Amino acid sequence: MEKHLFTVSVYTENNIGLLNRISAIFQRRHINIESLNTSASEIEGVSRFTIVVFMTEDQIKKIIGQIDKQIEVIKAFYHRDEDTIYQESALFKIKSDLLFEERQIQNIIKESNSRIVTVNRNFFVLEKSGRREEIELLYRELSVYGIMQFTRSGRISVSKEEMKISKMLEAFNH
Amino acid sequence: MKETQTIEVKNKATETTQRISGSEAIIKCLIAEGVDILYGYPGGAIMPVYDELYKYQGKIHHVLTRHEQCAAHAAQGYARISGKVGVAMATSGPGATNLITGIADAEIDSTPIVCITGQVPSHLLGSDAFQETDIIGISTPVTKWNHQITKADEIPSVMAKAFYIAKSGRPGPVLIDITKDAQFEEFDFKYEKCTAVRSYKPVPKTDSQVVSQAAKLINAAKKPMIVWGQGIILGGAEQELKQVIEKAGIPSAWTILGASAIPTSHPLNIGMVGMHGNYAPNMLTNECDVLIAIGMRFDDRVTGKLDTYAKQAKIIHFEIDPAEVNKNVKVDIAVLGDAKESLIQLLPLLEEKTYPEWLQKFKDLYAIEFEKVIKGDLHPTKDGLTMGEVLKEINVQSKGNAAIVSDVGQHQMIACRYAEFNTTRSNITSGGLGTMGFALPAAIGAKMAAPDRDVVAIIGDGGYQMTIQELGTVFQQRIALKIVVLNNEFLGMVRQWQQLFFDKRYASTEMTNPDFVAIAKGYYINAQKVTKREQLKTAVREMMTTDGPYFLEVCVEKEDNVFPMIPSGASVSDIRLS
Repeated sequence: MEKHLFTVSVYTENNIGLLNRISAIFQRRHINIESLNTSASEIEGVSRFTIVVFMTEDQIKKIIGQIDKQIEVIKAFYHRDEDTIYQESALFKIKSDLLFEERQIQNIIKESNSRIVTVNRNFFVLEKSGRREEIELLYRELSVYGIMQFTRSGRISVSKEEMKISKMLEAFNH
Repeated sequence: MKETQTIEVKNKATETTQRISGSEAIIKCLIAEGVDILYGYPGGAIMPVYDELYKYQGKIHHVLTRHEQCAAHAAQGYARISGKVGVAMATSGPGATNLITGIADAEIDSTPIVCITGQVPSHLLGSDAFQETDIIGISTPVTKWNHQITKADEIPSVMAKAFYIAKSGRPGPVLIDITKDAQFEEFDFKYEKCTAVRSYKPVPKTDSQVVSQAAKLINAAKKPMIVWGQGIILGGAEQELKQVIEKAGIPSAWTILGASAIPTSHPLNIGMVGMHGNYAPNMLTNECDVLIAIGMRFDDRVTGKLDTYAKQAKIIHFEIDPAEVNKNVKVDIAVLGDAKESLIQLLPLLEEKTYPEWLQKFKDLYAIEFEKVIKGDLHPTKDGLTMGEVLKEINVQSKGNAAIVSDVGQHQMIACRYAEFNTTRSNITSGGLGTMGFALPAAIGAKMAAPDRDVVAIIGDGGYQMTIQELGTVFQQRIALKIVVLNNEFLGMVRQWQQLFFDKRYASTEMTNPDFVAIAKGYYINAQKVTKREQLKTAVREMMTTDGPYFLEVCVEKEDNVFPMIPSGASVSDIRLS
C-alpha cells in the first residue's frame, strides 16, 4: 500500500500529559512525526493537535482508532493534503547590512510575499507563511547571502469538510 | 441489583460537606466506591493515607503485600474473579515503578484496577527529590487513564472519574498520583459518583441494522464457527452467548481469557484456539465459512500468521472497542457495542439450526488430538508425572468448581487446556502480557474477593520464585489458598523452544531449586511434595480438604513438551501434534 502525507487533527480536553499519550501511539509503531502543533481550537476549553505523518491509509486508520480511544480525546480525524487548507510559518534572521548592500534581497522579499517583522542596526527578521515548498524556496534563495537563524513551525491546517465537534459536545450536554 | 441500591443510598448520605484532609478524603472515596479490600505497601510519600487507613481499619481492609508488583497483581486477581474494581496503593518512586508490571498486565488484559501512588510534595516536583519519579510519564502508555493530583479539592472528582473509567466500557487500569501536600491539605469534602465524561464514549451503541446483517450471514452459513473472548465475561454476557450458541447450533471455541464463560462440558464447546489451543478449532478456523468473533481481539497468539488466517471465511466481529476492529484481521461485518446487548439483539434473528456433519469434523479432529496428545498427558503410562495428570486430579477433586489461577509457561498452557470449568470467571491468568510471577499474588486477590470458592494457583518453578515472597502475605492474612507448583526444574516453555527451534541449546533455562516445602513450612503453611504417581491422589485430596492455605509441590517430567503447538509465525492450520 502506498504511503501518503496525512494531516491528523485531534480535538482534546486541555490536559497536561495528553501530548505524551498521543505521541506514544506513534512512537510504539516506530512512526516519525513530520510536524506537530498544539493550539486552542474554535471551541472554548478545547485544544487541537495538528500532526503530520507519512504512512499508508491502512496504518493511519488504526492509529486514529488508538488516538480516539484515549479518554481525553474528543475526536480524531485524518485528511489528505487535498482535503485541507494548510500553512506553515517560518522566521529568518538576517544581517541588516545585507538589506542595503544586496539589492536582490529586496526583490526576493517582495516576490516571496514575506514580511519584515522587525529591523534594527544588526539584523532584520523576515516572516514567511505558506506551503512547505515556498518556504524551502525562500530558504534556498536567502541562504546564498547567509541566514543567522532559521526556524519553521509545524503545519497548521483546517479541513474543507466540517468536523462536528460542537455538535458532539452539545449532544453530551443534553 | 441490591448492592447498587445501597451504594446509591450511601452516596446521598455523603452529600453534606465536611472539612477533612486529602488523605481522609481518599479513604472516603474508596468506601463510597464500595472498596472493601485494597492491596499495597506504605512509604514516605503515601504515609498520610496509611495513617487514615489505620483509623478506618474497621471499614476497609488493607493487605500488606511483600512487593508493590504483587499489590497490583492481587488487585487484578480480585477484579478478575469478582468483576469489581481492584485497588492497589504504593508510595512514590520505587513503590510506584514496582506497580508498573501489574498495570501493564491489567492494560493488555482489560482488567479494571485503580492504583493510587503517593508523590513528593508539589513544590519539589521536577527537582529530582528523594523517591521522586515521573510516574505519570512512566505509566502513560500502560494505563487507560492517569492523573496527578496536587490540590486536595481535586480528590473527590478525580477518584470518582478513576473508578468510572476503570470499570466502564472496555475496562482497564487507572493510576492516580497524589502529592504529599495534597494529602495533608484540608478542604470541604463532598462525593458524587461519576457517570459520564464528555470526551469518553465507553460503549458504542449497537446498530440493529448491522446486527441483522450479521444474523443473515450466520443463518446462511454452512460451516459457522464462534470464537469468543474475555469480552463475554467482562460484559456479563455468558447466558446470552450460551443461548446464541444453542439456538444457532454453532461449534464454539474460546481464547485463553474467554475460558470458563461457557462450561467445559457443553457439547458445543470445542475448546481453545491459539498457539497451544486445541487441534480442531485451530485447523477448522481455516475451513469454516463464517467466523464469528465475539469480545476477542485477534491476538497474534490466536491468529498465527495473518496472511493465512481464515482467508476463506466471512468474518463477523462483535467488539466494544472500535480500535480493535480491522486492527489485525480485516472483517466483513463489525458489530460495535456491548457483547451482552448485541447478543440480545442477535438471538431472536437467528434460525434454530444444527450442523451435525460440521460438528463431527471437530469431533474427528479431537479424536486425533486425544490419541496423539491428550491421552499421554492425562493418562500417562511412563514413569514420570505429567502436568496434565495433576490438572486432571484437581478437576476430579474440585468437581470443576475451583477457580484456577495460572502463571506463565508450560503449566499455564496445560492448566488452560485441561482445567474443567463449571462456572464463569474461573480462569485467571496473565494472557496478553505473559507475566511470570502473576499467579501467586493474583490468587491472593482472587481468594480474598471470593472466600467461598476454592482457588487453586498453578505455578511453575520459575514463575513461583519471581513472587515467592507473597507466601508472607498468605501467612499473615491466613488466606485459604491452594498453591500447586509443577516443578520440572526448568523454565519449561523456553526450554521447549530451545529444543524445537534452537537445537537443544539450553541457555540459562535449567534451575537448581531450593526445598520449596521447607520454604512453605517456614511460613507455617502446610506443605507436601509429590514425586510418584501413587502419591498424587491423596496429596491433592489433602490439599483440597485442608482448612487454610496449602502448598503442594509436584515433581513432573523434566523435558515434557506442550502440544499441540502452532510455531511462532506459522498458520493456524500448520498446528503440530508432536
